[in-house]
Amino acid sequence: MSGLDLPGDLGLWSVLLAVIGGAIRVSTPFLFVSLGETITERSGRINLGLEGTLVFGAMSAYATAVLTGSAWAGVAVAGLAGGLFGLLHGWICRLPRVNDVALGIALMLFGSGLAFLFGKAFIQPSAPQLPAIPFGSWSDLAQVRAALQINVLFLIGAALSVFLWWALRNTRIGLVVRIVGDSTDAARAMGYDVDRVRLLATGAGGVLAGIGGAYLSLYYPGSWNEGISSGQGLMAVALVVFARWNPLACFGAALLFGGAGALGPALQSVGVSQGYYLFYAAPYVLTLGVLIATSSPNHALAGAPGELGHAK
Amino acid sequence: MRSVSAEAPPAGAIAIETIGMTKRFGVFTALDDVSMKIEAGGFHALLGENGAGKSTFVKCIMGFYAPTRGSVLVDGREVSITNPKGAQARGLGMVYQHFTLVPSLTGAENLVIARPHVPAVIDWRAERAVLAAFMERMPFRLNLDRPVAELAAGEKQKLEIIKQLYLEARFLILDEPTSVLTPGEAEEVLGLLRAMADRGEITVLMISHKFREVEAFARTVAILRRGALAGSGRVDGLTRDAMAAMMMGARPVRKVADRTRTPDGTRDVLRIEGLRANDASGLRPIAVDGLRVRAGEIVGIAGVSGNGQKVLADVLGGQIPAEGGRVLVEGEAYDGRRAQSRAHRVRFIPEEPLRNACAPRMSVSENLAFRAFDRRAARRDEDVPARPTVWLDTGAMRRRAGALIARFGIRTASSEAPIATLSGGNVQRAVLARELTGPVNLLVVANPCFGLDFSAVSEIRGRIVAARNGGAAVLLISEDLDEILELSDRIVVMSDGRIVHEVDAAQADAQTIGRHMAGHH
Repeated sequence: MSGLDLPGDLGLWSVLLAVIGGAIRVSTPFLFVSLGETITERSGRINLGLEGTLVFGAMSAYATAVLTGSAWAGVAVAGLAGGLFGLLHGWICRLPRVNDVALGIALMLFGSGLAFLFGKAFIQPSAPQLPAIPFGSWSDLAQVRAALQINVLFLIGAALSVFLWWALRNTRIGLVVRIVGDSTDAARAMGYDVDRVRLLATGAGGVLAGIGGAYLSLYYPGSWNEGISSGQGLMAVALVVFARWNPLACFGAALLFGGAGALGPALQSVGVSQGYYLFYAAPYVLTLGVLIATSSPNHALAGAPGELGHAK
Repeated sequence: MRSVSAEAPPAGAIAIETIGMTKRFGVFTALDDVSMKIEAGGFHALLGENGAGKSTFVKCIMGFYAPTRGSVLVDGREVSITNPKGAQARGLGMVYQHFTLVPSLTGAENLVIARPHVPAVIDWRAERAVLAAFMERMPFRLNLDRPVAELAAGEKQKLEIIKQLYLEARFLILDEPTSVLTPGEAEEVLGLLRAMADRGEITVLMISHKFREVEAFARTVAILRRGALAGSGRVDGLTRDAMAAMMMGARPVRKVADRTRTPDGTRDVLRIEGLRANDASGLRPIAVDGLRVRAGEIVGIAGVSGNGQKVLADVLGGQIPAEGGRVLVEGEAYDGRRAQSRAHRVRFIPEEPLRNACAPRMSVSENLAFRAFDRRAARRDEDVPARPTVWLDTGAMRRRAGALIARFGIRTASSEAPIATLSGGNVQRAVLARELTGPVNLLVVANPCFGLDFSAVSEIRGRIVAARNGGAAVLLISEDLDEILELSDRIVVMSDGRIVHEVDAAQADAQTIGRHMAGHH
């Protein structure tokens, strides 16, 4: 690392702080999408359309915030729109001979396209932002204060991952979702309506993905444009596999991916410009690495819902 | 074992009566005017071949099927049961052959969620206390904290029964319970249920096609043949011949081919040395230190389902790689590759042939050609082709399929029908036709007769013995101990992934083998 000219007296610590701060800032959409996908996949369906839901959530949140002047109204509308996308996926999936993966890809393109169509008018105006809580106000260091500027949605997401982890074991709804995802036969024998449970689970997943989109456009990066997601919704789906369908692990994995995403900007801010694109690719490289590391020709993935990926 | 009577369920056993029960599927009559009276508080058996209508009958009672005609009386009152939930609410419970437990949930989670009314938030501390008290009254011990996927088949079966008792079933239907239990376990489980039935706490109806277990456990028996009631009565008043006559009716039965020749003691076709392997879940390691099969010999591997036989079969079939040790066929290393099986004439008949040995949506003739489609026969009628070929000779494939369909009596609409449209017995005949045509040096067979009817069974067993008589070394893996005893020259027992017992068929006795199967060595 010769020739590195670090600003201030923090040296490499500033990179670390920036990565931690970045992890908290960048991870929130990952967290919401992956929690949503966890609910959906635990019920036995894959919704790859969450990337489109994320983008549409970002657009609809931004547009609503511009029009109403309220960021929270934007979040609500994004959640609602995401929920509708999820229900659409779930509803089409119950038709005969529909494959959830292929449908997810179609809905991904549909959601993004629809967002671009309606979002054209909202690229210019500026919207109110979501509030953040300055947990770093005790410190004199600007970097610490910046890193600990934590958005409310991140805290809600953290609480939600604990809640979902608890709910999957301790509530009737949680157990029913797991049963439906693990054995349709058993679920039917107990008299549960498998399609209905999956419809609602996919809808709930869509709500969370929509809210994740609201965070993108209303906090970080905090504006609406067509390249806003850059595939974060798809990576979050991979992250669910990495997290073994466990909401708590989703939280950790989201932080890890967020930190990897913050690595590029953090290094750039301290003047490392070599390998710029490589560092920006860190989350994608990490996704690939995770998929390779967790794959095995001989062993089924522990914790995978039994009905996942069953072709019709 | 504890006494169950201390805190007996609120009400006692239930009686069921059916009147004129008929079920048609299209033009096929699965159940024909069956009127049967099952008295409260006894252990009853429903005997019949596969396809005789036993399952259809109980599924009509349980509300799975709506009967075409006929009615069900519970304790003398006519009731309408339209779904399994309704049956559960009336105190009727059924333990299926396939498990209805959810694999990733623990035993406790499976029990609690099966209740008709589950609270929105489950208080596990309270539930655990209730479950512990309930288990105190149960005839067998089980660890309820493990995920069901980690339980052995016998434990799952026990948990299924416990689940029905937890749901307060007072009329319990058992669908061929001994298919996954060792003789010892069957003795324990069925014995305890019979004790409960004798005390008037529950009524048990056991579906079976084995005389031995009907005689051992049931007080009364009803026999179905081709969907109709062929007879019934007290078990102690019926001879085995009488039951067999009612079950089979009059028809010619093909006998298992007689053994000719004794095994060639000098030539080991298959040798397994220090084999280590594991299945996809990583939960069923096997360690087979030494096993050999000689030419002209059938070695039967007995064992309760889930004790590593399937892993062994998958290693031999090349579906799972070995982690250590060697598999030698005719002295050369073997890991199931196509070139090796061709060179050494290894043939493989895995269990569930439609899933493991066929491409279900491809035609019968294509499936019959899997061994040889990429080779061209030197002569048109020759079964062992020689040179590799790029172009498929579909005409030859079809002619060969036609010949095999005729020779093996495969019932199919045409040689171009998808093989998935065939019945189980005919799928197995097609696989046998493919695997047993031409010279065979080593034949690996797993559960070849599972779920097949009586005539198909004797024919398939006959062909296996014929392959042996032709000089093939046969490794027969089966969960059906009677099949092992009937066919084998030598018997080994697998338990917990290891070979724990080996005996010549001539000296074998079912009790000793059963003890080893159950893990008492």
